[in-house]
Amino acid sequence: MRTGTFLIAAALVGLAIVVLTRIFFTNEYFFFAAYVVLQYIVLSTAWNILGGYTGYINFGTGAFFAIGAYSSAVLHKLPALLKTFDILIPAVPLPVMIVVGGIVSGIVGLGTGYLTLRLRGVFFAIATLALSVVVQTLIVNWDYVGGSRGIYIIRPAQAPLGGGYIQYLYTLMMALSVISVCIARWIERSRLGLGFAAIRDDELAAEAGGVPTLRLKLIATTLSGALMGMAGAPLPYYVTYLDPGSSFNLAYAVNSVAMPVIGGMTSWVGPIIGAVILGTIQQLATVTISSALNLLIVGVLLILFVIIAPNGIMGLISARQRRRAAIIEAAVQQRQAAA
Amino acid sequence: MSAAQTAAGPLLAVSGLGKRFGGFVALENIDLTIAEGERVGLIGPNGSGKSTLVNCLCGTLRNETGSVLFDGRPLDGLIAHERTRLGLARSFQLPKPFHTLNLIDNLRVPLLYTVNARPGHSLSDADVRARCEELLQAVALADKARRLPRDLTQVEMRKLELARAVATEPRLLFADEAMAGLSPSEVEEIIAVLLRLNQQGITIVLIEHIMRAVMSFSTRLLVLVAGQKIADGLPQEVMRNPEVERAYLGE
Repeated sequence: MRTGTFLIAAALVGLAIVVLTRIFFTNEYFFFAAYVVLQYIVLSTAWNILGGYTGYINFGTGAFFAIGAYSSAVLHKLPALLKTFDILIPAVPLPVMIVVGGIVSGIVGLGTGYLTLRLRGVFFAIATLALSVVVQTLIVNWDYVGGSRGIYIIRPAQAPLGGGYIQYLYTLMMALSVISVCIARWIERSRLGLGFAAIRDDELAAEAGGVPTLRLKLIATTLSGALMGMAGAPLPYYVTYLDPGSSFNLAYAVNSVAMPVIGGMTSWVGPIIGAVILGTIQQLATVTISSALNLLIVGVLLILFVIIAPNGIMGLISARQRRRAAIIEAAVQQRQAAA
Repeated sequence: MSAAQTAAGPLLAVSGLGKRFGGFVALENIDLTIAEGERVGLIGPNGSGKSTLVNCLCGTLRNETGSVLFDGRPLDGLIAHERTRLGLARSFQLPKPFHTLNLIDNLRVPLLYTVNARPGHSLSDADVRARCEELLQAVALADKARRLPRDLTQVEMRKLELARAVATEPRLLFADEAMAGLSPSEVEEIIAVLLRLNQQGITIVLIEHIMRAVMSFSTRLLVLVAGQKIADGLPQEVMRNPEVERAYLGE
């Protein structure tokens, strides 16, 4: 399918799901839970652009996500700040915040990439972990956005698109999911994706083949960071109380690694499968057992998959397809030899 | 020397090239020139700096001293992919296939990123496909086009490595131990491939330990010992050189 066709199809599917769920589900909690699952589709897809396609493991998802969230918090307070200088601006709409969050996180991604991409393998992973700590420390000490106390965000009284505010957030997150999945799929089929795969498989050989590895890796960190920031931008309105402890939660980093690993890292489908399965299990566990169980579930599943299916669910499927293709090929050769 | 040599000067001119790793001098004051169309054998004992020299010339490593002119153009400061685009290709001593990509995609990388990146070139998808098949055909891998590199034998892996280097449409190709660990008949196969490439106009530098292969392939020999060039000339003459004998056979 062409990228344009796929974009339209994905948008229609997203729209259909939004419309149907908004008609059939009246319980607000459904939208709270579904929002989280969709948010993880964006995060794990974004993580996979760098981690799955180019092979650079990023443990700093929390940082990019929180940068998006805090840039929204700043924009939320901006009209009040400007008013003290007698500049009157209307409240910033959420879609604008998402774009700004994406841009800020993308710039941080680019900068991080520039500083760290000369590091390979585990050193890059450690550097991204350090980034999380640095950004969290900065936020904790930034009084304007509440510092370690956190900040209360009051939702607008009226939600656009009809319905309650949580339905609005859910719809926006669905749009972000569609956009990020389309970007991931486009990359996979483009020259860019081929270059990413070459970098993942062997960076020296990629350079020798003419691939400008540094530039491509910077594109990957920027895109990945930007999408993570966009996923984080609506967070203040979702939680209504934003604090460093929850927005930099380790769960974001762990989940956005675990989901592509469980789903499969080489294709855009993998992160979706991982996010839907893991996200749903976590939401169910939160309601039925306890919220503390979440990370335990992730941990156990991650260990199981790393041992049993290191290429994730998609890897299992494609291995099966390859085996069948090999059997068919052997049969054809046998028949040719017999003839 | 080769008749194809142009009057414009050598294709590659290296002067005073030096490379250290900490206190270890890997290459010292290397001067050499390679003319268009030549088949040069680069030999030397293990650890003499052959691969380091290739790495410096191809931009994988940075040489501390000296300069490299390629077709009259200084390469100093250019990174590996820029040199590849100028027409300097290499195969790796240990094959480095893109192991998650099938053979076609392995070749699409250099076609899309090198050939198409050169000004005035733009292969369509169909052109790229045809060129991939042509390249695989040339090394007898066409029937494995959709396979992954892990399904290949050792000699097929070497051929893929060469095909991927040739896909960049180079003017100068460094074949770094393209035959290590192969059987005599497989060595003949690779030599035949290299000779055909040379006839097509690609200047080739062969880094190799198998002397029979080097002697039958090269029109000129360069000998490196302990990071220094100790001989440079016609193969038979170089092999009679007492210094070379000493390096290879001991006192």
